[in-house]
Amino acid sequence: MRLTDHEDAILAGSFGAPRRRALQQQMMVGRFFDAGDFVEIAQVHLMADTESLGEAGVAWLEELAGFPEEERRVRVPTVTDPRGIDFDAYKRLNQLESWAALERRAIDAFVAMGLLMTDTCINYQTIMPPACREHIAFGDTGSTIYANSVLGARSNFEGGPAALAAALTGRTPRYGCHLDRGRRGTHRFVVKDRPRTLSDWGALGGVVGRATGSYWTVPVLEGIDGTPTSDELKHFGAALASYGSVPLFHMIGVTPEARALGDVFDGKIPDPETVTRADMDAFYEGFGLHENGVDVVVFAAPQQSLVEMQQIARLLQGRTVSSGTTLIAATSPEVKSACDRMGITATIEAAGGIVLKGVCFYQMYARETGEANGWKRLLTNSAKLVNIIAGYGYEPVLAPLERCIDAACAGRMAK
Amino acid sequence: MSGRVVRGHVGIGSAVSGVALVAHDDFSARYDLDRIAGVFSRPAHKLCGESYVGRILVLNTAKGGVATAWMLYEMKSRDMAPAALLLNTANPIMAQGAALADLPFMDRFETDITAAIRTGDEVTVDPAAGTVTVRG
Repeated sequence: MRLTDHEDAILAGSFGAPRRRALQQQMMVGRFFDAGDFVEIAQVHLMADTESLGEAGVAWLEELAGFPEEERRVRVPTVTDPRGIDFDAYKRLNQLESWAALERRAIDAFVAMGLLMTDTCINYQTIMPPACREHIAFGDTGSTIYANSVLGARSNFEGGPAALAAALTGRTPRYGCHLDRGRRGTHRFVVKDRPRTLSDWGALGGVVGRATGSYWTVPVLEGIDGTPTSDELKHFGAALASYGSVPLFHMIGVTPEARALGDVFDGKIPDPETVTRADMDAFYEGFGLHENGVDVVVFAAPQQSLVEMQQIARLLQGRTVSSGTTLIAATSPEVKSACDRMGITATIEAAGGIVLKGVCFYQMYARETGEANGWKRLLTNSAKLVNIIAGYGYEPVLAPLERCIDAACAGRMAK
Repeated sequence: MSGRVVRGHVGIGSAVSGVALVAHDDFSARYDLDRIAGVFSRPAHKLCGESYVGRILVLNTAKGGVATAWMLYEMKSRDMAPAALLLNTANPIMAQGAALADLPFMDRFETDITAAIRTGDEVTVDPAAGTVTVRG
């Protein structure tokens, strides 16, 4: 890789061991993907929940945090993805003190490095949406695909250690989505029936994701008449990234790089695959129904926007969650504060629901927490969550929001 | 060292030898593994129930979320990691995780690597040279 004088100085240790090690690690990845050089970045989004870090990962962070302040402090604004514990709720969820202790250690290390503890995967809706063509290092698949596709910013999936390295050096290897050629369409889909609900948008993302299936593919969608809302694009992108490992999509007439097919395809435009209502219905049916009972109804993955929280509260107004069912809505600390202020939290909790902040369901020790609370039959309107959570011992079912709320109050899904 | 040489893209980590564990399935540490026990745990995975610890693990494509980038390091810290990982197609997360963990890792071979190696083969992986040597 070609290095600038500044990068040579980092490598020589002029700015301390943490930055030198970070650049060395980035060079390994850069060489692996044939990056010619580094690109400077404007902000970092760091995924580092303690379930993934483990004791070893937290100890690694603590070692970094022990360096002098000028050597350990991040160089660009760095915000965090959801954490493993909501300190105001973990006892109520029968989560262990040992997890909370590990969480506190990780937070102390991050604060020492100058991170902003935003604890959210919807930072592009709530903190600082990246600007078009801005190079960034985002570390959640949902935040990356939204920033790349909807906002026109440029990021690869930067896993925790890579995002932290980017924060320390202020740059990242230039490959994949940072390059014009990495953003060209590879697959074409014509959507015949516009999704109606947020879970429909997730189902569409799941259908398209299953049909693409590698990081190096870029699906291009046609047929979406009129721009979807931010929450609709959020659910679509999060599901597409989860099912397809895809970091970028284009939607003709909607997303900024794709006014027309010719903008995103080189040469011959591929024949399209058609996606219909029947494909989305089949996607739902693949997860079945919970007619005999629902243990837990979850609104998360991605965290809920203020608008989604308001909708949940409206639907729960004057109703009561069944005694055999737990209802959880997870959002960011900032949105939770707004919900507290606007009476949304009070409405949801008066109906028997639980509002969590700064966590997401699958990143909060989902297996152990499920076992501690007897949760197995899970219902959600998140297509992303039903993909991930089966590996944690749950039986997940996907349904639109209204149906999820009805099931939470009835204790089971209607036929 | 005799054997059949399969070439790939230059990879990450040091040279290592071991016994192969192979399937054409994809790979995610979060979705597929019981990392405490060191076995594949997702029922739909062809290697479900198999121990990957100390093996040259050979699979098709990296998939899933970003958590694997931390998990390889954590697995290696407990001596519960594979000896090396060979994929047909990597993604950034897997390469970033291998870089942190110093886990030998290669992809982009001249042929389908999951067909070129069989479970039980003795394999030497040399990421710096971009070669895998297979002795049946």
